[in-house]
Amino acid sequence: MYTFSSKLKTFSFILMLIGVLGIGYGFLTAPKDIQEVEKILAAESHGTHHAEAATYEVEAAHEPVATEHKTSVEHEAVAVSATDSASGKEIDSVHTDTIAVTAAGVEPSVANHDNQETTAHKKEAVDHEDAHAEHEAHLKHVLHQLQNKPWAALYVACIFFMLVSMGVLAFYAIQQVAQAGWSPVLFRVMQGITAYLPVASIIFFIILLLTGLHVFESNHLFIWMDKDVVAHDELIQAKSGYLNFPFWIIRAAVFLLGWNAYRYFSRKNCLAQDESNDDSFYKKNFNISAMFLVFFIVSESIMSWDWIMSIDPHWFSTLFGWYVFASFFVSGITTIALVTVYLKSKGYLEYVNTSHIHDLAKFMFGISVFWTYLWFSQFMLIWYANIPEEVTYFVTRIELYNLPFFGAVVMNFLFPILILINTDFKRITWVIVMAGIVILAGHYIDFFNMIMPGTVGDQWFIGVAEIGSVLFFLGLFIFVVFTALGKSPLLPKRNPFIEESKHFHY
Amino acid sequence: MSNKVIYAIYNDDDILMDAVKKTRAAHHHIEEVFTPFPVHGLDKAMGIAPTRLAICAFIYGCVGLSVATAMMNFIMIQDWPQDIGGKPSFSYIQNMPAFVPIMFEMTVFFAAHLMVITFYMRSKLWPFKQAENPDVRTTDDHFLMEVAVNNNEEELISFFQNTGAVEIKVIDKH
Repeated sequence: MYTFSSKLKTFSFILMLIGVLGIGYGFLTAPKDIQEVEKILAAESHGTHHAEAATYEVEAAHEPVATEHKTSVEHEAVAVSATDSASGKEIDSVHTDTIAVTAAGVEPSVANHDNQETTAHKKEAVDHEDAHAEHEAHLKHVLHQLQNKPWAALYVACIFFMLVSMGVLAFYAIQQVAQAGWSPVLFRVMQGITAYLPVASIIFFIILLLTGLHVFESNHLFIWMDKDVVAHDELIQAKSGYLNFPFWIIRAAVFLLGWNAYRYFSRKNCLAQDESNDDSFYKKNFNISAMFLVFFIVSESIMSWDWIMSIDPHWFSTLFGWYVFASFFVSGITTIALVTVYLKSKGYLEYVNTSHIHDLAKFMFGISVFWTYLWFSQFMLIWYANIPEEVTYFVTRIELYNLPFFGAVVMNFLFPILILINTDFKRITWVIVMAGIVILAGHYIDFFNMIMPGTVGDQWFIGVAEIGSVLFFLGLFIFVVFTALGKSPLLPKRNPFIEESKHFHY
Repeated sequence: MSNKVIYAIYNDDDILMDAVKKTRAAHHHIEEVFTPFPVHGLDKAMGIAPTRLAICAFIYGCVGLSVATAMMNFIMIQDWPQDIGGKPSFSYIQNMPAFVPIMFEMTVFFAAHLMVITFYMRSKLWPFKQAENPDVRTTDDHFLMEVAVNNNEEELISFFQNTGAVEIKVIDKH
């Protein structure tokens, strides 16, 4: 039996405490209104057009019309093009829209600049008012992004750790169905890690409810939940049969309940099998695992559309579900490896040898490459065809998230492929730990890349709110997982494959 | 000096493994073992050094990646940077996604084929090679261990009789 070491418990509490402080700081420092945003933008030394925007209103009252018009054209080029491409109807609608962000790129803004200039010459007075309104719109846009920041940070960390335990659950179910002969000694470790799933599901569901019910004014994570936006956005209107809050939250509830039900019964049967005289509970587990895998792959796909892809409701990709799956599946396997290595080092896993570790490392290696394959396939197909409505997704990411976007490939592909290709390295504890930490950090950044551009746009930063959120959920994860590990023996007794697994040697 | 070897023939791989271990323990030099199929752990029991074929393959893969990169960089970017359907041919990195499938395939192609050829060369295999089979039954259901004889013929014969050999032959090898 494992006993939760008091040191690790204290450590997890410290992480949670620091995390809560970080999250709180993130929410407290988020701007409340447009005036605050204006101050923030004015204070930003690097933003030339922001600075101009801030001074613009003062100038506007005194300067001659010509100068004023020039300034307005320049500083509003971004905002104008943004509104235009979002069909120019509802200014608010652009605030988290990928199309709007892309429009900030070079070409559209130049085109709109010219456009603006010709019309502006004719109607200077109108232009003044327009420019003013657009400036307000720009500020509102930035306000929403900045208000989203702590929410998005919380959301990314929450969904990441929840999906890590989902990845472990999927791996566990596959091992059951495949009747793997090597892994039964690790089943209790996997069950311990998936104990985080119910906790994470509750927190995650609460965040979904808070978002969908508009409990907090500052939460604009999902643009399609904003009624004003939908009223003026035909693309989202056309999707509202699927993207509407009641249907969306019911789907979420069904998926979370389904996953948690499998986890609950699978563990219950596994413990019952220990005390049983025959293999009936084992067979039951085999059957429910097979059914779960069918349910999982359908729900996982839909989950990825609902919780991640719908952040950019104008964009769609068909292999997205697989891509998300690969990302958290490899993170889950990595987590199994890390927890196993930790427990082994503390002397709790008598029958786990380097061959088991080696197998886990091979999975880490292989699924990392699989993730890269899907990452590249999604990217390259869209890059190659360059269809505007699809490519905005990557334009945003490459222009605004260049380092995280390509850094994720380095961390999730280049590093593991070079370090884990060596058979001997796959048996060395510190190599596994190092590769595992890089892979987990890389996949956090992967989720960051998926969610942040649609919620905070160019206002992203990995700061107090983001790190605080990660630390909080990491602390919670450690606490829940290691508490659960202490609740049952770490070696299943009557699993039909347990003897083979004990003597597994590669 | 005569070049005598002893052929100890077995009909079970478990017995063979035991015999190999005993032979090693008795410090007799095993020249070669012939088996009809791979016997798991035989190389370890014989004390054969691990293969370095995988290291070769990795290097060949790197060569393949370099060849693909150099080739496409020269053809598509340096030599004739045409505008083909709006693809940016200003630098290699700009158009790289389009080259990745070829880079990948060339890496695999070089790694696989050169590794196979390396294997053939190192194990001296080619189409008209004379088979080196000491006993035809070793390709079907018998296992044969070849041990050098150094003026200890009697001792070796009795030693191998105790290891469960079904047949022992002393051969003068040329």
